[in-house]
Amino acid sequence: MIMAKPKPIEEIINEIKNFDNILVAGCNGCVAVCEAGGLKEVEILASALRMYFGNQQKKIEIGEVSLTRQCDKEYLAELKDRIGAYDAVVSIACGAGVQFMAEMYNKMRVFPGVNTCFIGVTDEKGVWSERCQACGACILASTGGICPVARCSKRILNGPCGGSSNGKCEIDKEVPCGWQLIYDRLKELGELWRFEEPTTTKDWLTSRDGGPRKLFKEASQI
Amino acid sequence: MTYPSNIRIVKVPCTGRVAIIHLMKTLEKGADGVFVAGCMEGDCHFQEGNLRAKKRVAYVRQLLESIGMEPDRVAMYNLSSGEGPRFAEISREMTDKIRQLGPNPVRVKGETKERAA
Amino acid sequence: MSTTTPSKLESILAAGHFAVTSECGPPRSAEGTVVDEKARLVGPYVDVINVTDNQTAVVRMSSLASCIRIKQLGFEPVLQMTTRDRNRIGLQSDLLGAGAFGINNVLCLTGDHQRFGDHPSAANVFDLDSTQLIQTVKQMRDEGKLLSGYEMSVPPKMFIGAAENPFADPFEIRVLRLAKKVAAGAQFIQTQCIYNMEKFKLWMRQIVDRGLHEKVSILAGITPMKSIGMARYMKSKVPGMDVPDEIIKRLQGVPKDKVAAEGINMAVEQIQELKECPGVRGFHVMAIEWEEKVPEIVERAGLYPRPKVD
Repeated sequence: MIMAKPKPIEEIINEIKNFDNILVAGCNGCVAVCEAGGLKEVEILASALRMYFGNQQKKIEIGEVSLTRQCDKEYLAELKDRIGAYDAVVSIACGAGVQFMAEMYNKMRVFPGVNTCFIGVTDEKGVWSERCQACGACILASTGGICPVARCSKRILNGPCGGSSNGKCEIDKEVPCGWQLIYDRLKELGELWRFEEPTTTKDWLTSRDGGPRKLFKEASQI
Repeated sequence: MTYPSNIRIVKVPCTGRVAIIHLMKTLEKGADGVFVAGCMEGDCHFQEGNLRAKKRVAYVRQLLESIGMEPDRVAMYNLSSGEGPRFAEISREMTDKIRQLGPNPVRVKGETKERAA
Repeated sequence: MSTTTPSKLESILAAGHFAVTSECGPPRSAEGTVVDEKARLVGPYVDVINVTDNQTAVVRMSSLASCIRIKQLGFEPVLQMTTRDRNRIGLQSDLLGAGAFGINNVLCLTGDHQRFGDHPSAANVFDLDSTQLIQTVKQMRDEGKLLSGYEMSVPPKMFIGAAENPFADPFEIRVLRLAKKVAAGAQFIQTQCIYNMEKFKLWMRQIVDRGLHEKVSILAGITPMKSIGMARYMKSKVPGMDVPDEIIKRLQGVPKDKVAAEGINMAVEQIQELKECPGVRGFHVMAIEWEEKVPEIVERAGLYPRPKVD
């Protein structure tokens, strides 16, 4: 899932403070899973904003809604009749959702309410960590199912580097060394031969470096 | 047992039932303060509900601070269910604290409206 | 043994001598004379001088520029290159530039993460890692081709080096990784500075067992301890550094004004001991901000004057 975390409320307040009618729009997809942008978070943010502006003696209407997803037009379209009542939207969907909302309602000011962080997993309730960098050319088959692009701080493909210490990355003792994980896993799987072959250069064209990406599936196009 | 008459009690089966939004709404609607009274730590009738409540109270306190409201308007207390006098004591303590902070600025300064979209 | 490049380091090793290399940290300014002074200080006592590449991700005068100054003074530099700050285009470009100035040695490194430096919010590159950089330099030299396949009319002739840390974890991977770098084309290795002699010798034995010592020349890293504070700092604050307690105890065992001298004594003793260690082909003396001691260390270790080769 895409993991995000709430923006500091001061940042949000700064963007919307001159408006009179705000809609806080959540998303029941990824951001609900990481408890940053679902309906619960919409209600909490809206309540906090009302209290803040109330204390500032500013009259402001804060509406609340949460869509199934903000990355599909069918769901964004559900707002069509109601969005006109607002001056601005604070979308607490991920960056993709915020942008799609802004694209569909292009005369409406749409502000982000979360910082979108990474593609990751739920380690346990309340803890999420990064797993995938969307490089577009998955090499998990050769690394025992552990991604060096996402889990090595230097995304090296012939790791570990000289800074790996006690299984931890040099940047932070809390960050496991991605290559230690890969080595241990390959050892368990009896595939250390993969470790011994030098890996040649990666083609970064399929990743962010190649430019904004697009996918097509003809068989699905109407 | 007597406790101050300004306390409105909301009963829940376990303080683990108390969600962040409950605490927020209480203040948003004009209460001057809200405290969560749960079992002693380690003695939660439902295992760890009171620990969850503790974390949620901490979250709300931080959120209040970030919007310029006094975090002390929300507090977590622990006591065992038989401790009537302790409850009264807590109530008085919280009341005194809130009196010092003054009335909820939300109630005093502004009208707030809510409209579900 | 024949040589693949005009590198003096390669020639010295090919002739069977112990090689001696040292390091120059460029200044954090545009003052080129700082590099010149350091080079003049150590130059006559070593075969080649390494120039670090924005070490610990702290902005310094570029390694390439510093190497050019050193070359122009008549000494031979080793261009250290990390893959943190430049992509394959920038790296190959710098290699061509180095070749144009007759620089024939390159040390291929991944580089410390930029979080350690003075610009932690910089985007990092890491288009390649050190092993891939080794492959790149080898391809440029031996096939005359850039990574893209483009054929250069005049390829750079680089003697290829890499670094290894016998003390970083996981220990069992260290030898595997060295083998990979050798397979990729590494011809000389400079190790992280050694204090734990037993662990280093264990690492060397494993290298010799695999026959790697015949494919690559290992230069043992030596850094003299200047003070007890430095020893303590390196023990606890530098990742991948292994400083046994005996080192600190020995420094504590001498009068305060003799600690630095004792550090030099220990460095010299290390070199003498490691001369006997099978597979060790030379010494990389890193006297960080203490370059003036390099001459003394080299002399007392019986490695001066440096042999002359064609």
